[in-house]
Amino acid sequence: MRPGSILLAAVTGLIWGVTSIVVVAVTLTLITGEVALPQATAAGIAGLISALVFVWRQSSGAEGGLPAWALAAITMFVLLMIGSFAAPFNLSLGTVPVWQGLALIVTILGATWATTVCLNGARLGAMSRYEREVIYIRIAKGVGFVIFTIIVALPFYVMVMTSLKSQQTLLANPLDLSIDLSQGLDGLFRSYVELFTQFNFGRYLLVSAYVSVATVILTLLFSVPGAYAVSRLRFPGQAFLSRSVLLIYMVPAIVLVIPLYAVFSQLGLRNTLTGLLIVYPATTIPVALYMLQGYFRGIPSELEEAGLMDGLTRIGVILKITLPLSLPALASVSLYVFMIAWNEFLFAFMFLDNPDIFTLSRGVVSLNSSEVPRQHLMAGAVIATVPVLVIFLWFERFLVQGLTAGSVKG
Amino acid sequence: MSAQNQNSESLGPPKGVGPMQRREMWLAYLMLAPTFAIILMIVAGPLLANFWISVKPVQLADLRPPTVLVNERVRGGPEAAGDSAELEYRLRNSSQEEEVRDVVLTDAIPAGFDVTALPDVCALDESALTCTIGTVEPGWRERLKIEGTVTEAFLAANRPERASKPVIAGDADNILTSFDFTLDNFRRIFSAEEFWSVLRVTFYYTIFGTGGALVLGLFAAQLLNTVFKGRGIVRGLFLFPYVSPVIAVAFTWVVLFDPFSGTVNALLTKMGVVSDPINFFGQRAIEYSLFGIPMEFPLALTTVIAFEAWRYFPLSFLFILARMQSINTDMYEAAEMDGATPLQQFWYLSLPQLMGILSVLFLLRFIWTFNKFDDIFLLTGGNAGTRTLTVDVYEQGFALSNLGAGAAVAVVVFVVLVTFATLFIRFSPKEEGL
Repeated sequence: MRPGSILLAAVTGLIWGVTSIVVVAVTLTLITGEVALPQATAAGIAGLISALVFVWRQSSGAEGGLPAWALAAITMFVLLMIGSFAAPFNLSLGTVPVWQGLALIVTILGATWATTVCLNGARLGAMSRYEREVIYIRIAKGVGFVIFTIIVALPFYVMVMTSLKSQQTLLANPLDLSIDLSQGLDGLFRSYVELFTQFNFGRYLLVSAYVSVATVILTLLFSVPGAYAVSRLRFPGQAFLSRSVLLIYMVPAIVLVIPLYAVFSQLGLRNTLTGLLIVYPATTIPVALYMLQGYFRGIPSELEEAGLMDGLTRIGVILKITLPLSLPALASVSLYVFMIAWNEFLFAFMFLDNPDIFTLSRGVVSLNSSEVPRQHLMAGAVIATVPVLVIFLWFERFLVQGLTAGSVKG
Repeated sequence: MSAQNQNSESLGPPKGVGPMQRREMWLAYLMLAPTFAIILMIVAGPLLANFWISVKPVQLADLRPPTVLVNERVRGGPEAAGDSAELEYRLRNSSQEEEVRDVVLTDAIPAGFDVTALPDVCALDESALTCTIGTVEPGWRERLKIEGTVTEAFLAANRPERASKPVIAGDADNILTSFDFTLDNFRRIFSAEEFWSVLRVTFYYTIFGTGGALVLGLFAAQLLNTVFKGRGIVRGLFLFPYVSPVIAVAFTWVVLFDPFSGTVNALLTKMGVVSDPINFFGQRAIEYSLFGIPMEFPLALTTVIAFEAWRYFPLSFLFILARMQSINTDMYEAAEMDGATPLQQFWYLSLPQLMGILSVLFLLRFIWTFNKFDDIFLLTGGNAGTRTLTVDVYEQGFALSNLGAGAAVAVVVFVVLVTFATLFIRFSPKEEGL
């Protein structure tokens, strides 16, 4: 028995007991709308003692009987129920009993599972520094996973759930983010239906799609020859040109906004999609060119030289040899440019006044007023997000490649 | 070609630029031309134009150049064919300060209107009316009356004067192209009390936003640098904040942290963590005292920085993960044999290997965070002590309608940025290939 080892096991149990009950209570609150107050002290102590029981059992080497984890789980259950007077979430047993039971099971199994994983191989006797650090890292990673998952998933969960609520229920209980099936599908998707029927979102969706696809096409038309020239042809100023292209994407958009606004206003291009289709490719071409030239450099030049020997022109070489070989790069550049154009906000906001040619970004901003209810705003956000996320998940591999290759502008 | 060269002067390789190389050079320039044309037009041009605008007294309203406005109507109420009527043009200079020169009105007389008398300045050719008005004063108003009789065709048509719109031509000084310079814009922004606080906020935002995103990214990369089931899904999930449209995530944060109906505040108050809801995006500072010294915690700024770190940690996470997976595992095996503990391995092996990518990421993100406009604009609109330089450009140029002052702030942004970019070029480690 060493105090240090006992302390380590105890702290592990404490951390997981508290983390587990807090996370589960918040989840329970958001799912049912009932305020579940986590009895963190009780859960912490229960976790602490059950961790000690687990380590003792694990290191005692006793054969037969209950496995160590089951013993820990039972200890935790008993202590938690005693410590919280049989109300671990401070709710009476009658309110949402099924959810409460489920939450209790998840709390105990979660805490026990995390504790047993972290303390796997731990002893109450002396442990080496190596063994202790392994446990520290397991705890840090475990807590890290929980925190990261919550901070990433919670906003998106709230976004989707808020868009499915009605104004009254939102104001009555902001914590109730459950899906209310009793109002039927019409009621559930009312915000979306209203956005598409009254707020013209179908049109915004089309405009956004048109602008994004056109930007991709224009960007490729400009950047493919440019990237090929920079990567394959020798000419004076080659290094300077490829370096200065990189510098372009350090230029802040806000510096360009005032002059472009002034000039486009005079030319009558400001409130038009043509104006956007001039600006968007200009901002994406440097990135696309940079990503593509890196890829073109990786294609063996012998292939192209063979094509030249066989009588192809340069254009023929590009069309018949280089481009077919760089399809993955073209795909990732296209997806990446599509996402930039789809997500773009500043120029769409500054240039577009006419609701007939709003892009989705601009359309959602117009929902941000006190007259439009919050669930409409969130529904608009969902409509803007879903296509990008679908594309992203579908082509994740290409995109991740593109993101790292192009060192994305954000 | 080389065979010929060897025959003629067998003295080593050819010197100078050969015809083939020249052809290649021109091809390269030709292929790059469109890219450079559009970049010069949309990026380099406006950059220079921004300097130009920053030294001009130009307001948002000046973008509409002064012109003569015209309104056409029929007077006299003709009821039967042969009645006399009047075609009246009301003209007005839209500007109260600028004159308009060489004003000419052209229009087509409506069908069925027989002109009997014309003002002196006007001339009629068939049905084409041309009135040469000349230079008009600021705030000038005038009515041109054309008398005539109407026929059946005129009466039958619905508002026949609308058939052709009168066209006005005229020249006026455009403030944007004149040679009228001033340093007022710079004087105004530098003497404004809030400018220095804006600058300070910008640096806080940039430094802590960048640092936060990097630290979170490093941590997340550590989490995913092991093989486990569902790793791809978790990696995809962690990238969500970065790939989603900024409007969607920014408004979600606003709704989430809303003091009255936001989930976070409801959770905090109902669970008894705080007694009153916190206005995360609206409250400038929380006062507290540390050892008796009153201090201020900039709440809104911190929330905005948290958003920045949240939204951009996926980028640093991706890069760091990619770099970590390319580190040779032999090194770790050797360290393991030598008895290095996991934390020692991280500190003495992983971190030095990651320094290169971390410094590049820091510089890149530093510049991009400095350039960021959308996030703060959507979250707080630059209120509650969160106005950065980029938001100030918008504030001056569009909210206060003073384009010149906005451009002057943009010049400041650009100058600071060039300083950073110079540092970036000088210190970027070449081997990272960025």
